[in-house]
Amino acid sequence: MQKNLLEVRNISKSFPGVKALEDVCFSVKEGSVHVLCGENGAGKSTLMKIINGIYQPDGGETLIRGEKVEINSPIRAGELGISMIFQELNYTPEMTIEESLFAGRWPTRKFGRVDWKTIREKTIKLLRQENLPYDPETKLKDLSISNLQMLEILKAISREADIIIMDEPTSSITNKEIEILFEKIADLRARGKAIVYISHKMDEIFRIADEISILRDGKVIETRPKDQFNIDSVIALMVGRALGQGYPKEEVPRGNVVLEVEHFSGPTGFADISFNVKKGEIVGFAGLVGAGRTELVRALFGLDEHSRGTVKVHGNPVNIRNVQDSIKNGIVMLSEDRRRYGIVPVRDVKENVTLASMGQFFQKGHLQSAKERSRVEEICKKINVKMASIDVQVSTLSGGNQQKIVLSKWMLQDPDILILDEPTRGIDVGAKVEIYKLMTNLVKEGKSIIMVSSELPELIGMCDRMYVMAEGRITGELERAAFSQETIMRYAMNMTRKAV
Amino acid sequence: MSNLITREKWQTIKSRYSIYLVLIAMIIVCNSLNENFLSPRNISNISAQISVTTILAFGETILIICGLLDLSCGSVLALAGVLSVYAFKETGSLTVAFAVGLLVGVLCNFINGLLVRRFNIPAFIATLAMMTVARGCALLFTKGQNIYQIGDYVWFGQGKIGFIPLPVFFMIIVGILTWYILGHTSFGRSLYAVGGNEEAARASGINVGRIKIGAYLINGAFVGLAGILLMARTNVGAPNSGQGYEFEALTAAIIGGTSFSGGLGTAGGTLAGAFIVGFLNNIMNLTGVDSYLQQVIKGAIIALAVGYDMWAKVNRTRKSLSAVRSPDERKEAKG
Repeated sequence: MQKNLLEVRNISKSFPGVKALEDVCFSVKEGSVHVLCGENGAGKSTLMKIINGIYQPDGGETLIRGEKVEINSPIRAGELGISMIFQELNYTPEMTIEESLFAGRWPTRKFGRVDWKTIREKTIKLLRQENLPYDPETKLKDLSISNLQMLEILKAISREADIIIMDEPTSSITNKEIEILFEKIADLRARGKAIVYISHKMDEIFRIADEISILRDGKVIETRPKDQFNIDSVIALMVGRALGQGYPKEEVPRGNVVLEVEHFSGPTGFADISFNVKKGEIVGFAGLVGAGRTELVRALFGLDEHSRGTVKVHGNPVNIRNVQDSIKNGIVMLSEDRRRYGIVPVRDVKENVTLASMGQFFQKGHLQSAKERSRVEEICKKINVKMASIDVQVSTLSGGNQQKIVLSKWMLQDPDILILDEPTRGIDVGAKVEIYKLMTNLVKEGKSIIMVSSELPELIGMCDRMYVMAEGRITGELERAAFSQETIMRYAMNMTRKAV
Repeated sequence: MSNLITREKWQTIKSRYSIYLVLIAMIIVCNSLNENFLSPRNISNISAQISVTTILAFGETILIICGLLDLSCGSVLALAGVLSVYAFKETGSLTVAFAVGLLVGVLCNFINGLLVRRFNIPAFIATLAMMTVARGCALLFTKGQNIYQIGDYVWFGQGKIGFIPLPVFFMIIVGILTWYILGHTSFGRSLYAVGGNEEAARASGINVGRIKIGAYLINGAFVGLAGILLMARTNVGAPNSGQGYEFEALTAAIIGGTSFSGGLGTAGGTLAGAFIVGFLNNIMNLTGVDSYLQQVIKGAIIALAVGYDMWAKVNRTRKSLSAVRSPDERKEAKG
């Protein structure tokens, strides 16, 4: 019987107006991976922040190696052997690997001089021991996100942490990098470390979990070994209702071609792209990370430049040089990076929603406040944004609601063509379904959608037609009847050409 | 849930109006320290004293909201002022003088805007350069000499409309203009959006470059006007005037709640901030505080005001933070 390295009992935590955690019991055994899943807002992050000493619980107790402890700061958590790897890594771009590995605890010599020699030796030893081919002098800004993550894991190892918490570590790395990460996790497990792994992604969860706990509305609903769960039961427990097939897809009669793109090439990233979109159609773009899909749609929307190619909207050639041009032609885009390109976090819901269509609410530049309020309230109600009022700051809303704000913004424009780049990234299952439903309603109204996604199941579930990209080019086109994960992956890895 | 909403509302009210509460508290304290404080004469004096820097502060508010800033306003004010005075002495026309003043301010700030927009020079550096250049131009043009005997030009500074001194009248006009631009025009909305998240503004079809240049042009008109008023008030075309005014203006804007991270700030807040500084100066003079000590106190109050604001922001957010927030968002969130 493995013993529990970390155990929390009856933890509760409230924030004003919200009961974030209620009587939560949770434990991780040595040499095992315990996956924690739940919708956004279920309380996963709060629980992890309590374990990491960032928040103090209102009640309950924490035990490390069977002994009761009080974790009142992240520093104390570190001393107790807990190391947390955050979803969004904060790092100092100009630091080198060796500097960052020992940040805050650099060994010193006389007069507080940093002992670089020891640091170098230790770093090299650690890198060799972990079999990582990094140069200690590489700056962090030159590392990919997955390498930065690996560095965080390395930091945890160098601190001799026994309990390693990973918060959605695969949300922004490629499939190949995920493999490397999983190998490392397997390695850590073999060495007797306890790993808490937070994730939304079902395939990952079932690959690496020993145990799975499901959190919903601040309570642990279920904890069982992996083999007593299946994907459907996990999803059902997470959302508290059976999801069934999950995709509210309805066939809509397809009309004329509304968008025709020919030989579209960018300075980098994608080349010679030709495709079309019909009225009432959802066209998917599949491909691996780095296939050039985001670059393509960004250029199509006028956020980046393109070097050649033609774009025709309703048969008329248009010249798209900037975002204003594409909006004028009825093309709008939901960016994959919501925080960067979607919302203005410090401003309120109302201003965010009307940001792209101020012309409708300003007569000769003068604001028509009542009209604005009623339109915004109407549209937010229509797509079910959960908020206290339209005067709250967007930064106070959850990811799913922020995404809906961005969607509301574009729906006010009444566009013909919506480009949705990773529309469901980082939002919970319930909100995902709502966004799928919204997409269905939009095509029913005669709009067309270009959907870029890294989640094959949702592309297969929602699209009428799909283009697959690899290495900046379109490698395949599939009708809905021909969709299958295997075929798509084949095109995405460009294996048809190499005839593997 | 209803409890949560009222709490949020209350917090919004508190964060939105706290500056005015401070202002009222200050009036009460000052009045108890000196019975002449609230006399119409004293209030009118204070208003006239702060008018020039407050007009500059409105310009800074517009810029800071948009994620920009103007360090050159003190110098451009001097250049616009002396050229305006010179134009008056040459032509004898107040209208021409007024137009020249505004034009010089707008032109200098057009250059500021171009440097920021076309050449991607950070606003801090671009306007720092303009600060030196404009001061140099003012001194070159006047050969370092003050222009005296400015005749009827003093009307701008000493005339009255009804019982309101002209500088105060202009300050009110500029304040109303700023309030209107920020709260009721699409340009104002765009300013907040560009300052709050430039990339998102661009991806929403806002012409970011045009907004930034527009912000500088408006600021330019305000600076030019301030230059005219200052020369007229002091009865001399002084190329060395207005030194350090950029900091006075920034102080008023910051105390008034304009956030240096962009996207937040109001005309009312800035006006209140300007009056808080004005009252402070006035009461320290009335009660005979040593003038060197006054500087120390003013500096300390800036640090205190902003420090309290930041602390309250963090505290508020931490309290109302529900479980799902990530560290980045916490930084951005405010009440």
